[in-house]
Amino acid sequence: MTEVSVAKEDAAATGDLVVLKSVNKHFGALHVLQDIDLTIARGEVVVVIGPSGSGKSTLCRAINRLETIEGGSITIDGKPLPHEGKELARLRADVGMVFQSFNLFAHKTVLENVTLGQVKVRKKDKKAAEERARALLDRVGVGAQADKYPAQLSGGQQQRVAIARALAMEPKVMLFDEPTSALDPEMINEVLEVMQQLARDGMTMIVVTHEMGFARSAANRVVFMADGRIVEEATPDQFFSNPRSDRAKDFLSKILHH
Amino acid sequence: MFDFISDYNDPTLLGAFWMTVKLTVFSGIASLVGGTLLAAMRVSPVPLMRGFGTAYVNIVRNIPLTVIIVFTSLGLADIFGMTMGAPDDFALQGFRLAVLGLSAYTAAFVCEALRSGINTVPVGQAEAARAIGLNFSQVLGLIVLPQAFRAVIGPLANVLIALTKNTTVAAAIGVAEAALLMKEMIENEAQTLLIGAVFAFGFVVLTLPTGLFLGWLSKRLAVKR
Repeated sequence: MTEVSVAKEDAAATGDLVVLKSVNKHFGALHVLQDIDLTIARGEVVVVIGPSGSGKSTLCRAINRLETIEGGSITIDGKPLPHEGKELARLRADVGMVFQSFNLFAHKTVLENVTLGQVKVRKKDKKAAEERARALLDRVGVGAQADKYPAQLSGGQQQRVAIARALAMEPKVMLFDEPTSALDPEMINEVLEVMQQLARDGMTMIVVTHEMGFARSAANRVVFMADGRIVEEATPDQFFSNPRSDRAKDFLSKILHH
Repeated sequence: MFDFISDYNDPTLLGAFWMTVKLTVFSGIASLVGGTLLAAMRVSPVPLMRGFGTAYVNIVRNIPLTVIIVFTSLGLADIFGMTMGAPDDFALQGFRLAVLGLSAYTAAFVCEALRSGINTVPVGQAEAARAIGLNFSQVLGLIVLPQAFRAVIGPLANVLIALTKNTTVAAAIGVAEAALLMKEMIENEAQTLLIGAVFAFGFVVLTLPTGLFLGWLSKRLAVKR
Protein backbone atom coordinates (compact mmCIF):
# COMPACT_ATOMS: atom_id res chain seq x y z
CA MET A 1 0.00 0.00 0.00
CA THR A 2 3.03 2.32 -0.20
CA GLU A 3 1.81 3.86 -3.43
CA VAL A 4 -1.39 5.01 -1.80
CA SER A 5 0.35 6.84 0.98
CA VAL A 6 2.70 8.51 -1.49
CA ALA A 7 -0.28 9.72 -3.45
CA LYS A 8 -1.87 11.09 -0.30
CA GLU A 9 1.24 13.06 0.61
CA ASP A 10 1.26 14.60 -2.86
CA ALA A 11 -2.37 15.46 -2.37
CA ALA A 12 -1.71 17.24 0.88
CA ALA A 13 0.83 19.44 -0.84
CA THR A 14 -1.43 20.67 -3.62
CA GLY A 15 -4.79 20.30 -1.88
CA ASP A 16 -7.36 17.54 -2.14
CA LEU A 17 -10.08 18.31 -4.66
CA VAL A 18 -12.31 15.26 -4.51
CA VAL A 19 -12.51 13.14 -1.39
CA LEU A 20 -14.66 10.02 -1.05
CA LYS A 21 -14.96 8.45 2.38
CA SER A 22 -16.44 4.99 2.95
CA VAL A 23 -18.99 5.44 0.19
CA ASN A 24 -21.63 2.71 -0.07
CA LYS A 25 -24.41 2.07 -2.53
CA HIS A 26 -26.73 -0.81 -3.46
CA PHE A 27 -28.69 -1.49 -6.61
CA GLY A 28 -31.30 -3.78 -5.07
CA ALA A 29 -29.38 -6.75 -3.73
CA LEU A 30 -26.19 -5.78 -5.57
CA HIS A 31 -23.68 -3.96 -3.36
CA VAL A 32 -22.28 -1.85 -6.18
CA LEU A 33 -20.03 0.45 -4.14
CA GLN A 34 -18.45 -1.04 -1.03
CA ASP A 35 -16.60 1.25 1.39
CA ILE A 36 -14.95 3.30 -1.30
CA ASP A 37 -12.17 5.59 -0.04
CA LEU A 38 -10.57 7.70 -2.73
CA THR A 39 -8.79 11.04 -2.73
CA ILE A 40 -8.02 12.99 -5.85
CA ALA A 41 -5.61 15.88 -5.69
CA ARG A 42 -5.84 19.09 -7.66
CA GLY A 43 -4.30 18.57 -11.09
CA GLU A 44 -4.20 14.81 -10.76
CA VAL A 45 -5.35 12.45 -13.51
CA VAL A 46 -6.85 9.28 -12.10
CA VAL A 47 -7.88 6.46 -14.40
CA VAL A 48 -10.42 3.98 -13.05
CA ILE A 49 -10.36 0.58 -14.72
CA GLY A 50 -11.94 -2.77 -14.00
CA PRO A 51 -14.24 -5.40 -15.43
CA SER A 52 -17.79 -4.37 -16.36
CA GLY A 53 -20.17 -4.38 -13.44
CA SER A 54 -17.35 -3.49 -11.05
CA GLY A 55 -19.03 -0.19 -10.08
CA LYS A 56 -16.61 2.19 -11.79
CA SER A 57 -19.28 4.04 -13.79
CA THR A 58 -21.46 4.31 -10.71
CA LEU A 59 -18.51 5.74 -8.80
CA CYS A 60 -17.96 8.33 -11.51
CA ARG A 61 -21.63 9.30 -11.59
CA ALA A 62 -21.85 9.48 -7.81
CA ILE A 63 -19.25 12.26 -7.76
CA ASN A 64 -21.72 14.75 -9.26
CA ARG A 65 -24.68 12.99 -7.68
CA LEU A 66 -26.24 11.62 -10.84
CA GLU A 67 -26.28 8.55 -8.60
CA THR A 68 -27.17 9.04 -4.95
CA ILE A 69 -25.16 7.24 -2.30
CA GLU A 70 -26.47 5.54 0.82
CA GLY A 71 -23.54 5.86 3.18
CA GLY A 72 -20.27 7.72 3.51
CA SER A 73 -19.42 11.15 2.22
CA ILE A 74 -18.19 12.85 -0.92
CA THR A 75 -16.62 16.30 -0.73
CA ILE A 76 -15.52 18.46 -3.64
CA ASP A 77 -13.10 21.29 -2.96
CA GLY A 78 -13.83 20.99 0.76
CA LYS A 79 -17.62 21.15 0.39
CA PRO A 80 -19.79 18.09 0.98
CA LEU A 81 -22.08 17.14 -1.90
CA PRO A 82 -25.39 18.98 -1.30
CA HIS A 83 -28.85 17.46 -1.64
CA GLU A 84 -31.03 18.07 -4.68
CA GLY A 85 -31.67 21.77 -5.28
CA LYS A 86 -29.89 25.05 -6.07
CA GLU A 87 -26.70 24.15 -4.20
CA LEU A 88 -26.35 20.91 -6.10
CA ALA A 89 -26.88 22.64 -9.45
CA ARG A 90 -24.11 25.09 -8.56
CA LEU A 91 -21.77 22.26 -7.67
CA ARG A 92 -22.53 20.36 -10.85
CA ALA A 93 -21.59 23.41 -12.87
CA ASP A 94 -18.10 23.09 -11.34
CA VAL A 95 -17.85 19.40 -12.21
CA GLY A 96 -17.59 18.67 -15.92
CA MET A 97 -19.06 15.40 -17.09
CA VAL A 98 -18.50 13.52 -20.33
CA PHE A 99 -20.80 10.58 -21.01
CA GLN A 100 -20.33 7.36 -22.93
CA SER A 101 -23.24 8.24 -25.23
CA PHE A 102 -22.21 11.92 -25.69
CA ASN A 103 -25.69 13.20 -24.75
CA LEU A 104 -25.40 16.37 -26.79
CA PHE A 105 -28.68 18.30 -26.77
CA ALA A 106 -30.24 16.93 -29.95
CA HIS A 107 -32.43 19.94 -30.75
CA LYS A 108 -29.63 22.49 -30.44
CA THR A 109 -26.70 23.25 -32.71
CA VAL A 110 -23.15 22.44 -31.67
CA LEU A 111 -22.55 26.09 -30.81
CA GLU A 112 -25.75 26.30 -28.75
CA ASN A 113 -24.73 23.14 -26.90
CA VAL A 114 -21.54 24.84 -25.77
CA THR A 115 -23.08 28.26 -24.97
CA LEU A 116 -26.22 27.09 -23.13
CA GLY A 117 -24.61 26.45 -19.75
CA GLN A 118 -22.50 29.60 -19.89
CA VAL A 119 -25.55 31.76 -20.53
CA LYS A 120 -28.13 30.02 -18.32
CA VAL A 121 -25.92 28.95 -15.41
CA ARG A 122 -22.89 31.27 -15.48
CA LYS A 123 -25.05 34.22 -16.63
CA LYS A 124 -22.52 35.29 -19.23
CA ASP A 125 -23.73 37.48 -22.04
CA LYS A 126 -24.38 35.69 -25.29
CA LYS A 127 -21.53 37.22 -27.23
CA ALA A 128 -18.84 36.37 -24.72
CA ALA A 129 -20.26 32.86 -24.42
CA GLU A 130 -20.15 32.35 -28.18
CA GLU A 131 -16.62 33.62 -28.35
CA ARG A 132 -15.51 31.19 -25.68
CA ALA A 133 -17.52 28.39 -27.30
CA ARG A 134 -15.87 28.94 -30.68
CA ALA A 135 -12.42 29.02 -29.08
CA LEU A 136 -13.12 25.75 -27.27
CA LEU A 137 -14.55 24.12 -30.39
CA ASP A 138 -11.40 25.12 -32.26
CA ARG A 139 -9.29 23.72 -29.46
CA VAL A 140 -10.96 20.31 -29.72
CA GLY A 141 -10.83 20.49 -33.51
CA VAL A 142 -14.51 20.84 -34.44
CA GLY A 143 -14.70 24.60 -34.98
CA ALA A 144 -15.95 24.10 -38.52
CA GLN A 145 -19.00 22.16 -37.30
CA ALA A 146 -20.32 24.88 -34.98
CA ASP A 147 -23.60 25.45 -36.82
CA LYS A 148 -24.49 21.81 -37.42
CA TYR A 149 -26.76 19.64 -35.31
CA PRO A 150 -25.27 16.79 -33.26
CA ALA A 151 -26.84 14.09 -35.47
CA GLN A 152 -24.86 15.46 -38.44
CA LEU A 153 -21.53 14.78 -36.70
CA SER A 154 -19.52 11.58 -36.33
CA GLY A 155 -19.27 9.98 -32.91
CA GLY A 156 -15.75 11.24 -32.38
CA GLN A 157 -16.75 14.78 -33.28
CA GLN A 158 -19.79 14.60 -31.00
CA GLN A 159 -17.69 13.46 -28.08
CA ARG A 160 -15.21 16.28 -28.64
CA VAL A 161 -18.11 18.75 -28.65
CA ALA A 162 -19.28 17.17 -25.38
CA ILE A 163 -15.82 17.80 -23.91
CA ALA A 164 -15.98 21.43 -25.10
CA ARG A 165 -19.45 21.77 -23.56
CA ALA A 166 -18.10 20.60 -20.20
CA LEU A 167 -15.00 22.80 -20.43
CA ALA A 168 -17.12 25.86 -21.21
CA MET A 169 -18.29 25.82 -17.59
CA GLU A 170 -14.68 26.22 -16.40
CA PRO A 171 -14.96 23.13 -14.20
CA LYS A 172 -12.65 22.34 -11.31
CA VAL A 173 -12.66 18.67 -12.20
CA MET A 174 -13.69 16.65 -15.25
CA LEU A 175 -15.38 13.27 -15.03
CA PHE A 176 -15.18 10.95 -18.03
CA ASP A 177 -17.54 7.97 -17.97
CA GLU A 178 -16.19 5.59 -20.62
CA PRO A 179 -15.83 8.39 -23.17
CA THR A 180 -14.60 6.18 -26.00
CA SER A 181 -16.64 3.01 -25.47
CA ALA A 182 -19.37 3.96 -27.95
CA LEU A 183 -16.96 5.08 -30.66
CA ASP A 184 -15.83 3.37 -33.84
CA PRO A 185 -12.19 2.32 -33.46
CA GLU A 186 -10.85 4.92 -35.90
CA MET A 187 -12.41 7.72 -33.88
CA ILE A 188 -11.08 6.77 -30.48
CA ASN A 189 -7.75 8.46 -30.94
CA GLU A 190 -9.09 11.88 -31.83
CA VAL A 191 -10.96 11.92 -28.51
CA LEU A 192 -8.05 10.52 -26.49
CA GLU A 193 -5.74 13.17 -27.95
CA VAL A 194 -8.03 15.92 -26.70
CA MET A 195 -8.09 14.28 -23.29
CA GLN A 196 -4.33 13.91 -23.25
CA GLN A 197 -3.90 17.59 -24.06
CA LEU A 198 -6.30 18.41 -21.24
CA ALA A 199 -4.25 16.31 -18.84
CA ARG A 200 -1.06 18.08 -19.91
CA ASP A 201 -2.77 21.43 -19.27
CA GLY A 202 -3.20 20.43 -15.65
CA MET A 203 -6.93 19.64 -15.53
CA THR A 204 -8.00 17.40 -12.67
CA MET A 205 -9.52 14.35 -14.32
CA ILE A 206 -11.26 11.18 -13.24
CA VAL A 207 -11.47 8.86 -16.22
CA VAL A 208 -13.35 5.57 -16.35
CA THR A 209 -12.03 3.79 -19.41
CA HIS A 210 -10.93 0.60 -21.07
CA GLU A 211 -8.16 2.43 -22.95
CA MET A 212 -5.04 1.03 -21.32
CA GLY A 213 -2.82 3.10 -23.62
CA PHE A 214 -4.39 6.28 -22.28
CA ALA A 215 -3.99 5.04 -18.71
CA ARG A 216 -0.31 4.36 -19.30
CA SER A 217 0.48 7.66 -20.95
CA ALA A 218 -1.74 10.20 -19.22
CA ALA A 219 -2.61 8.92 -15.75
CA ASN A 220 -0.85 9.85 -12.54
CA ARG A 221 -2.58 6.97 -10.83
CA VAL A 222 -4.55 3.90 -11.80
CA VAL A 223 -7.42 2.74 -9.61
CA PHE A 224 -8.47 -0.84 -10.23
CA MET A 225 -12.01 -1.76 -9.19
CA ALA A 226 -13.70 -5.14 -9.02
CA ASP A 227 -17.02 -6.19 -7.47
CA GLY A 228 -17.71 -2.76 -6.02
CA ARG A 229 -14.36 -2.39 -4.26
CA ILE A 230 -11.13 -0.59 -4.99
CA VAL A 231 -8.76 -3.53 -5.21
CA GLU A 232 -5.58 -1.75 -6.12
CA GLU A 233 -4.18 1.76 -6.57
CA ALA A 234 -0.79 2.37 -8.16
CA THR A 235 1.14 4.37 -10.70
CA PRO A 236 0.46 3.19 -14.24
CA ASP A 237 3.98 1.77 -14.63
CA GLN A 238 3.73 -0.23 -11.47
CA PHE A 239 0.18 -1.39 -12.12
CA PHE A 240 0.73 -2.60 -15.66
CA SER A 241 4.17 -4.16 -15.17
CA ASN A 242 3.74 -5.51 -11.70
CA PRO A 243 0.16 -5.73 -10.42
CA ARG A 244 -0.05 -6.91 -6.81
CA SER A 245 -3.53 -8.40 -6.56
CA ASP A 246 -4.59 -11.64 -8.24
CA ARG A 247 -7.77 -9.96 -9.41
CA ALA A 248 -5.77 -7.31 -11.29
CA LYS A 249 -3.35 -9.91 -12.71
CA ASP A 250 -6.28 -11.92 -13.99
CA PHE A 251 -7.93 -8.81 -15.51
CA LEU A 252 -4.75 -7.64 -17.20
CA SER A 253 -3.99 -11.08 -18.61
CA LYS A 254 -7.43 -11.10 -20.21
CA ILE A 255 -7.17 -7.70 -21.87
CA LEU A 256 -3.50 -7.50 -22.75
CA HIS A 257 -2.64 -10.99 -24.00
CA HIS A 258 -4.38 -11.33 -27.33
CA MET B 1 -81.43 25.29 -52.80
CA PHE B 2 -79.14 27.01 -50.28
CA ASP B 3 -81.32 30.10 -49.90
CA PHE B 4 -82.41 29.06 -46.38
CA ILE B 5 -78.94 30.02 -45.21
CA SER B 6 -79.53 33.70 -45.85
CA ASP B 7 -82.65 33.60 -43.62
CA TYR B 8 -80.44 33.37 -40.54
CA ASN B 9 -78.87 36.61 -39.35
CA ASP B 10 -78.37 36.20 -35.60
CA PRO B 11 -75.89 34.65 -35.98
CA THR B 12 -75.24 34.12 -39.64
CA LEU B 13 -73.73 30.83 -40.77
CA LEU B 14 -70.29 32.40 -40.96
CA GLY B 15 -70.83 34.14 -37.63
CA ALA B 16 -71.65 30.81 -35.98
CA PHE B 17 -68.53 29.18 -37.39
CA TRP B 18 -66.51 32.20 -36.33
CA MET B 19 -67.69 31.49 -32.77
CA THR B 20 -66.53 27.89 -33.23
CA VAL B 21 -63.12 29.16 -34.31
CA LYS B 22 -62.91 31.51 -31.33
CA LEU B 23 -63.83 28.73 -28.91
CA THR B 24 -61.19 26.48 -30.50
CA VAL B 25 -58.41 29.07 -30.47
CA PHE B 26 -58.94 30.31 -26.91
CA SER B 27 -59.47 26.81 -25.50
CA GLY B 28 -56.55 25.51 -27.55
CA ILE B 29 -54.12 28.05 -26.13
CA ALA B 30 -55.40 27.68 -22.57
CA SER B 31 -55.33 23.88 -22.69
CA LEU B 32 -51.80 23.91 -24.14
CA VAL B 33 -50.60 26.02 -21.24
CA GLY B 34 -52.61 24.03 -18.69
CA GLY B 35 -51.59 20.68 -20.17
CA THR B 36 -47.91 21.67 -20.12
CA LEU B 37 -48.16 22.66 -16.46
CA LEU B 38 -49.91 19.38 -15.66
CA ALA B 39 -47.23 17.41 -17.52
CA ALA B 40 -44.52 19.30 -15.61
CA MET B 41 -46.30 18.36 -12.38
CA ARG B 42 -46.53 14.72 -13.38
CA VAL B 43 -42.77 14.45 -13.89
CA SER B 44 -41.75 16.74 -11.02
CA PRO B 45 -39.73 15.42 -8.07
CA VAL B 46 -42.37 16.73 -5.61
CA PRO B 47 -44.79 13.89 -4.69
CA LEU B 48 -47.67 16.29 -3.92
CA MET B 49 -47.48 17.82 -7.41
CA ARG B 50 -47.21 14.41 -9.05
CA GLY B 51 -50.25 13.29 -7.07
CA PHE B 52 -52.26 16.35 -8.08
CA GLY B 53 -51.34 15.95 -11.76
CA THR B 54 -52.25 12.27 -11.79
CA ALA B 55 -55.53 12.83 -9.95
CA TYR B 56 -56.53 15.73 -12.22
CA VAL B 57 -55.91 13.80 -15.42
CA ASN B 58 -57.65 10.66 -14.24
CA ILE B 59 -60.70 12.49 -12.97
CA VAL B 60 -61.18 15.05 -15.74
CA ARG B 61 -60.57 12.89 -18.77
CA ASN B 62 -63.10 10.33 -17.54
CA ILE B 63 -65.98 12.79 -17.11
CA PRO B 64 -68.12 13.39 -20.22
CA LEU B 65 -67.47 16.82 -21.69
CA THR B 66 -71.20 17.58 -21.65
CA VAL B 67 -71.24 17.14 -17.87
CA ILE B 68 -68.26 19.48 -17.49
CA ILE B 69 -69.72 22.17 -19.76
CA VAL B 70 -73.15 22.02 -18.12
CA PHE B 71 -71.46 22.16 -14.71
CA THR B 72 -69.65 25.37 -15.62
CA SER B 73 -72.99 27.00 -16.30
CA LEU B 74 -75.33 25.44 -13.74
CA GLY B 75 -72.64 24.84 -11.11
CA LEU B 76 -69.94 27.47 -11.33
CA ALA B 77 -72.12 30.32 -12.59
CA ASP B 78 -75.55 29.69 -11.09
CA ILE B 79 -74.66 28.12 -7.74
CA PHE B 80 -71.18 29.54 -6.98
CA GLY B 81 -71.81 32.88 -8.69
CA MET B 82 -68.74 32.66 -10.95
CA THR B 83 -69.81 35.09 -13.67
CA MET B 84 -66.42 35.26 -15.43
CA GLY B 85 -66.35 39.06 -15.29
CA ALA B 86 -69.56 39.36 -17.30
CA PRO B 87 -72.51 39.22 -14.87
CA ASP B 88 -74.97 40.95 -17.23
CA ASP B 89 -73.76 39.81 -20.65
CA PHE B 90 -74.98 36.23 -20.81
CA ALA B 91 -73.55 35.57 -24.25
CA LEU B 92 -70.07 36.59 -23.15
CA GLN B 93 -70.43 34.76 -19.85
CA GLY B 94 -71.50 31.60 -21.65
CA PHE B 95 -68.58 31.90 -24.04
CA ARG B 96 -66.06 32.29 -21.25
CA LEU B 97 -67.56 29.44 -19.23
CA ALA B 98 -67.41 27.23 -22.32
CA VAL B 99 -63.74 28.13 -22.88
CA LEU B 100 -63.04 27.31 -19.24
CA GLY B 101 -64.78 23.94 -19.46
CA LEU B 102 -63.22 23.01 -22.81
CA SER B 103 -59.75 24.04 -21.62
CA ALA B 104 -60.01 22.16 -18.34
CA TYR B 105 -61.11 19.04 -20.23
CA THR B 106 -58.62 19.27 -23.11
CA ALA B 107 -55.68 20.06 -20.81
CA ALA B 108 -55.86 16.49 -19.48
CA PHE B 109 -55.39 15.12 -23.00
CA VAL B 110 -52.62 17.60 -23.84
CA CYS B 111 -50.88 16.55 -20.64
CA GLU B 112 -50.97 12.88 -21.55
CA ALA B 113 -49.80 13.50 -25.13
CA LEU B 114 -46.94 15.58 -23.81
CA ARG B 115 -46.03 13.04 -21.17
CA SER B 116 -45.67 10.35 -23.80
CA GLY B 117 -43.42 12.82 -25.66
CA ILE B 118 -41.29 13.29 -22.57
CA ASN B 119 -40.83 9.53 -22.50
CA THR B 120 -39.30 9.64 -26.00
CA VAL B 121 -36.49 11.95 -24.81
CA PRO B 122 -33.51 9.80 -23.78
CA VAL B 123 -32.59 9.99 -20.07
CA GLY B 124 -29.09 11.08 -21.05
CA GLN B 125 -30.43 14.42 -22.33
CA ALA B 126 -31.72 15.35 -18.88
CA GLU B 127 -28.59 13.97 -17.19
CA ALA B 128 -26.32 16.05 -19.41
CA ALA B 129 -28.46 19.10 -18.69
CA ARG B 130 -28.25 18.52 -14.95
CA ALA B 131 -24.52 17.89 -15.24
CA ILE B 132 -23.87 21.41 -16.57
CA GLY B 133 -25.73 22.86 -13.61
CA LEU B 134 -29.23 23.55 -14.95
CA ASN B 135 -31.98 23.36 -12.32
CA PHE B 136 -35.17 21.29 -12.64
CA SER B 137 -37.27 23.91 -14.41
CA GLN B 138 -34.42 24.75 -16.81
CA VAL B 139 -33.83 21.08 -17.62
CA LEU B 140 -37.54 20.71 -18.35
CA GLY B 141 -38.04 24.03 -20.13
CA LEU B 142 -34.84 24.17 -22.19
CA ILE B 143 -34.02 20.55 -22.93
CA VAL B 144 -36.79 18.04 -22.27
CA LEU B 145 -40.03 19.83 -23.21
CA PRO B 146 -38.77 21.34 -26.50
CA GLN B 147 -37.82 17.86 -27.65
CA ALA B 148 -41.00 16.33 -26.23
CA PHE B 149 -43.21 18.89 -28.05
CA ARG B 150 -41.58 18.12 -31.38
CA ALA B 151 -42.17 14.43 -30.84
CA VAL B 152 -45.89 14.86 -30.16
CA ILE B 153 -47.03 17.43 -32.72
CA GLY B 154 -48.93 14.59 -34.43
CA PRO B 155 -50.82 13.49 -31.31
CA LEU B 156 -51.41 17.15 -30.38
CA ALA B 157 -52.97 17.68 -33.82
CA ASN B 158 -55.42 14.89 -32.92
CA VAL B 159 -56.22 16.66 -29.67
CA LEU B 160 -56.76 19.96 -31.49
CA ILE B 161 -59.05 18.38 -34.08
CA ALA B 162 -61.03 16.71 -31.31
CA LEU B 163 -61.23 20.07 -29.52
CA THR B 164 -62.56 21.79 -32.64
CA LYS B 165 -65.38 19.28 -32.86
CA ASN B 166 -65.92 19.25 -29.09
CA THR B 167 -66.75 22.96 -29.17
CA THR B 168 -70.20 21.86 -30.40
CA VAL B 169 -70.92 20.81 -26.82
CA ALA B 170 -70.93 24.51 -25.90
CA ALA B 171 -74.36 24.60 -27.57
CA ALA B 172 -75.61 22.88 -24.42
CA ILE B 173 -75.18 26.15 -22.48
CA GLY B 174 -76.46 28.33 -25.31
CA VAL B 175 -73.21 29.54 -26.88
CA ALA B 176 -74.11 30.66 -30.39
CA GLU B 177 -71.67 28.46 -32.27
CA ALA B 178 -72.18 26.24 -35.32
CA ALA B 179 -73.98 23.33 -33.65
CA LEU B 180 -76.56 25.58 -32.02
CA LEU B 181 -77.36 27.21 -35.36
CA MET B 182 -77.56 23.79 -36.98
CA LYS B 183 -80.10 22.67 -34.40
CA GLU B 184 -82.15 25.79 -35.02
CA MET B 185 -82.05 25.32 -38.79
CA ILE B 186 -83.02 21.66 -38.57
CA GLU B 187 -86.00 22.59 -36.41
CA ASN B 188 -87.17 25.25 -38.91
CA GLU B 189 -86.24 23.94 -42.33
CA ALA B 190 -87.10 20.91 -44.41
CA GLN B 191 -83.66 20.17 -45.89
CA THR B 192 -82.32 18.23 -42.89
CA LEU B 193 -79.73 16.24 -44.84
CA LEU B 194 -78.50 19.30 -46.68
CA ILE B 195 -78.13 21.25 -43.44
CA GLY B 196 -76.19 18.38 -41.91
CA ALA B 197 -73.92 18.29 -44.95
CA VAL B 198 -73.29 22.05 -44.83
CA PHE B 199 -72.19 21.90 -41.20
CA ALA B 200 -70.14 18.75 -41.67
CA PHE B 201 -68.38 20.46 -44.57
CA GLY B 202 -67.77 23.53 -42.40
CA PHE B 203 -65.99 21.47 -39.78
CA VAL B 204 -63.91 19.62 -42.36
CA VAL B 205 -62.83 22.99 -43.75
CA LEU B 206 -61.60 23.91 -40.25
CA THR B 207 -59.95 20.67 -39.25
CA LEU B 208 -58.47 19.27 -42.45
CA PRO B 209 -55.93 22.09 -42.98
CA THR B 210 -55.08 21.96 -39.25
CA GLY B 211 -54.21 18.29 -39.53
CA LEU B 212 -52.27 18.69 -42.78
CA PHE B 213 -50.31 21.70 -41.52
CA LEU B 214 -49.39 20.10 -38.20
CA GLY B 215 -48.43 16.87 -39.96
CA TRP B 216 -46.06 18.84 -42.18
CA LEU B 217 -44.73 20.76 -39.16
CA SER B 218 -44.09 17.58 -37.20
CA LYS B 219 -41.91 16.19 -40.00
CA ARG B 220 -40.08 19.48 -40.36
CA LEU B 221 -39.33 19.88 -36.66
CA ALA B 222 -38.57 16.24 -35.88
CA VAL B 223 -35.45 15.91 -33.71
CA LYS B 224 -32.81 13.82 -35.45
CA ARG B 225 -30.85 11.52 -33.17
